[in-house]
Amino acid sequence: MEYFLQQLVNGITLGSIYGLIAIGYTMVYGIIGMINFAHGDIFMIGAFIAIISFLIFGLTSIALPFILLFVLLISMLFTACYGWTVEKLAYKPLRGSFRLAPLISALGMSIVLQNFVQVAQGARTKAIHPIITGKFEFFKESDFVVIVSHLQIFMVLLTIALMAGFTFLITKTDLGRAQRACEQDKTMASLLGINVDRTISVTFIIGSSLASVAGMMFVLYYGVIDFYIGFLAGIKAFTAAVLGGIGSLPGAMLGGLIIGLIEVMWSGYISSEYKDVAAFSVLIVTLIFFPTGLLGKPEIEKV
Amino acid sequence: MLDIKNIQTFYGKIQALRDVSIKVNSGEIVSLIGANGAGKSTLLMTVSGINKPREGVIIFEGKNIEKEEPHKIVKLGISQSPEGRRIFSKLTVEENLKLGSNIYENGRNYLNDIKEIFELFPVLSDRKTQRGGTLSGGEQQMLAIGRALMARPKMLLLDEPSLGIAPKLVNQIFVAIKNINKEKKVTIFLVEQNAKKALELADRAYVLVNGKVTIQGTGQELLKNQDIQAAYLEGGG
Repeated sequence: MEYFLQQLVNGITLGSIYGLIAIGYTMVYGIIGMINFAHGDIFMIGAFIAIISFLIFGLTSIALPFILLFVLLISMLFTACYGWTVEKLAYKPLRGSFRLAPLISALGMSIVLQNFVQVAQGARTKAIHPIITGKFEFFKESDFVVIVSHLQIFMVLLTIALMAGFTFLITKTDLGRAQRACEQDKTMASLLGINVDRTISVTFIIGSSLASVAGMMFVLYYGVIDFYIGFLAGIKAFTAAVLGGIGSLPGAMLGGLIIGLIEVMWSGYISSEYKDVAAFSVLIVTLIFFPTGLLGKPEIEKV
Repeated sequence: MLDIKNIQTFYGKIQALRDVSIKVNSGEIVSLIGANGAGKSTLLMTVSGINKPREGVIIFEGKNIEKEEPHKIVKLGISQSPEGRRIFSKLTVEENLKLGSNIYENGRNYLNDIKEIFELFPVLSDRKTQRGGTLSGGEQQMLAIGRALMARPKMLLLDEPSLGIAPKLVNQIFVAIKNINKEKKVTIFLVEQNAKKALELADRAYVLVNGKVTIQGTGQELLKNQDIQAAYLEGGG
């Protein structure tokens, strides 16, 4: 039981990272119907900006909470610029082209970003010391002590806060309404005076900033990154988005959580070598029974 | 107010509009009638900036708009209730209406505008929190017109407001269109297959055949025109 609780805590933490990345996949798919395969690398860029900022701020004597806040804001800002630029350079010129074109462009962008970071930052792994330390211990009398680190609490709380803010943005604000309108019918949205291009840009900016937060968490949690981390994390988050129902925002959060839990539970109880196989197998089985994902709805158009 | 001059619009190699010139004066109701595929909707989409004309100019209040982006044309004062209504089916009635007022900068007061729409179409008020997709055809049409009005347009483009709607509701919608014109002082450019209704309502009217304007005149003149009677008014029209 204690062991299970420990895995649960670890799984939710990992799921937070996947969920935050998955939102970017699902939002972009919702609005322009394309899988942004460069999104995993945007997450990697976010992680690099975070690690560089941590190193710079580490030289100063600013208090830790402020460092965290600054790093968060800086990596969100810079990563958002990357996301925005990728959209303008690689996807916007292809809008109205055949469906596969932006997809191929996205794969190309993914390679470009990886190689860019490899050249600019070197191929060796980058590491930092743990920044948020400290932990709570539960069930101290039993043979298995459940550890919940401050970092895990920080990550889950930050994810919850971001998800709440994001949900508010999508459901209650003008921007969110415009976004949902563009998802359904871009021509009609423009007939109502909505600037569709700008709405799409904002989608990329929001998705990239959330991915950068995931990148910063990755840095804090694992302490080691390289230019290639975006690939597997991106594929996992994409799996999470599809599992939850691509295009559905609550689905992306749920999917991230499930993938995180499966991976950790599988590692904890069976074997950590096959954790990726487990995550992808669950996707396949789910899609057999729910072809549109857990929370995705089949498209029924009333004409 | 709106001056469409010698417009030629193409879909690829197919020419949809041939040298179309139409004038709409401030305060008027102008109807454009024609059969299916004559190019009526293409013309409205060209005015709204969705289709770009290959040749010709469109002047709205002294400003060339034929190359303008759609969302900027809305800001200039032209909004459209398009063919097939194109309601955002997953959004609520209220959200659909709020979207219509998206062109204002922050701080505008759309609650009052929504109240006016509800006075015009009381049934929408009862359906406020329902999703757009659950409305009947007639209700969706009212919502589409209301949504277009939320932009506080000077000119309203209406594409087939009677299409696929129960006859009783069609009358109600045409009464509302007249009200919008007379009380809200919105100029109306109406495109219709229901020629009789459209001509009765119109100050002036045009007939579009295969992308070309063939006949024009006041609504009353066209109602009496023998060719029009034969082609559009007899046999149910």
